[in-house]
Amino acid sequence: MPDSRDQTTNATDGEPKDSQWPLWEVFLQPPNGAAHEHAGSVHAVNAEQALENARDVYARRGEAVSIWVVPSLAITASTPDDMGPFFDPGNDKPYRHPQFYKVPRGVRVF
Amino acid sequence: MSDSSSFQYLLRLGDDRLVLGHRLSEWCGHGPILEEDIALANIALDLIGEAALLLKLAGQLEGKGRNEDALSFFRDSIDYRNALLVELPIGDFAFTIVRQLFFSTFSLLQMGALERSSNGDLAGIASKAVKEARYHVRHSAQWVVTLGDGTEESHARAQRAVDDLWRYTGELFMADAIDTDAAASGLGVDPSAFADQWRAQVGEVLHTAKLTIPPAAYMQRGGRDGRHTEHLGHMLAEMQIVARSHPGATW
Repeated sequence: MPDSRDQTTNATDGEPKDSQWPLWEVFLQPPNGAAHEHAGSVHAVNAEQALENARDVYARRGEAVSIWVVPSLAITASTPDDMGPFFDPGNDKPYRHPQFYKVPRGVRVF
Repeated sequence: MSDSSSFQYLLRLGDDRLVLGHRLSEWCGHGPILEEDIALANIALDLIGEAALLLKLAGQLEGKGRNEDALSFFRDSIDYRNALLVELPIGDFAFTIVRQLFFSTFSLLQMGALERSSNGDLAGIASKAVKEARYHVRHSAQWVVTLGDGTEESHARAQRAVDDLWRYTGELFMADAIDTDAAASGLGVDPSAFADQWRAQVGEVLHTAKLTIPPAAYMQRGGRDGRHTEHLGHMLAEMQIVARSHPGATW
C-alpha cells in the first residue's frame, strides 16, 4: 500500500508537490458481504471523480459490488521502524492465540 | 416499413456510435491524465461495441451479405448516416467532454425508448447501451461541472465548446420519413419526441456548471442524408486504410 507521505503529496500541508492531482486509495468489495480490500490508487480532483476513475481502472470486469475511495492523506500508516516491537506477536503469551479451542464440526473454517 | 428504410434507420444508430467512438479513441495516449485517458478509451470501446452490434443488425436487415466490418470499412463518407455533431474533430478536452455530454444524454433517451423496439435484437442492444450511456452521462456531466465551475480558463474553454457545439445539437432531434416510418412500425423511435427532455437535462448540468446556452440559432444538418463536413472523410481515411489495404485480412 502506498504510504500517504509518498512523493506526490507534502506531508505537512497536503498540497501536491507537482502538477499531479491528489491521490486516493481504492477499496473494492468483491462479493456482497465480504470485506472491502485495497485494490490500488487513483488520482482525482474530487471524491466523485475518484469513484469514477476507480471504477474505470479497477472495476470494469465485474470485480466489485461496491467501491470505497479514501484520500491517501487520510491514511495513517505504520512506519518500517515499527516492524519489530509493534508487530511482535508475543509468542510467549500463548493465551493470545486461540489454539486451545476445538472448532465444532459443521463450522466453516476460513 | 421497407427493408431499405429499416436498414437506413439502423445505419443512423450505428454510425453515430462508430464515428464518435473513433473520435474518442484519438485521445488514447493523449488524455490529460492517465485515469482520464483510460476513461475516454473505455467510453470509446463501449460506443464501438454498440456500433458493431447495430451495424451487424443493419446488415442483416439489408440482406445483401454485408456485415459490420463491410459497413464500417467499405462505405465512403457520403454513405455514412451519422449526425454532424459526432464527426467534428476532438478539439480540446473541454470540446470532447461537452460533446460527450450532449451525445450521451441523447443516447440514453434514445436507447431507453428503443428498449421497447418491436425488433428483439434491437431491444437487446438498447438495454446494453442504456447501462453504458448512463455511466457516460455521469462521467461527462461531472467533468462539464468541474470545468465550467473551475478556473477562469477552464470555464472559458467549456463555454466556447458549448457555443461551438450547440448549432450541431438540433440535428439529433430532426425526424424525417425514415424516423417516422421506423417509429410507426415499432422498430424505432421518433427522436423529436425527447428533444424537450434532452434540453431540460443538459440545461440542468450546464446551469450547475455556470455555463450558458447560446441564443437560438440556425441548426446545422445534413449528416443523416450523407452531406457531411470535410472532417469525416479525413477521419474515415485513417480508420479504413488498414482494412482497405488488406481486404479479407483476419487478426
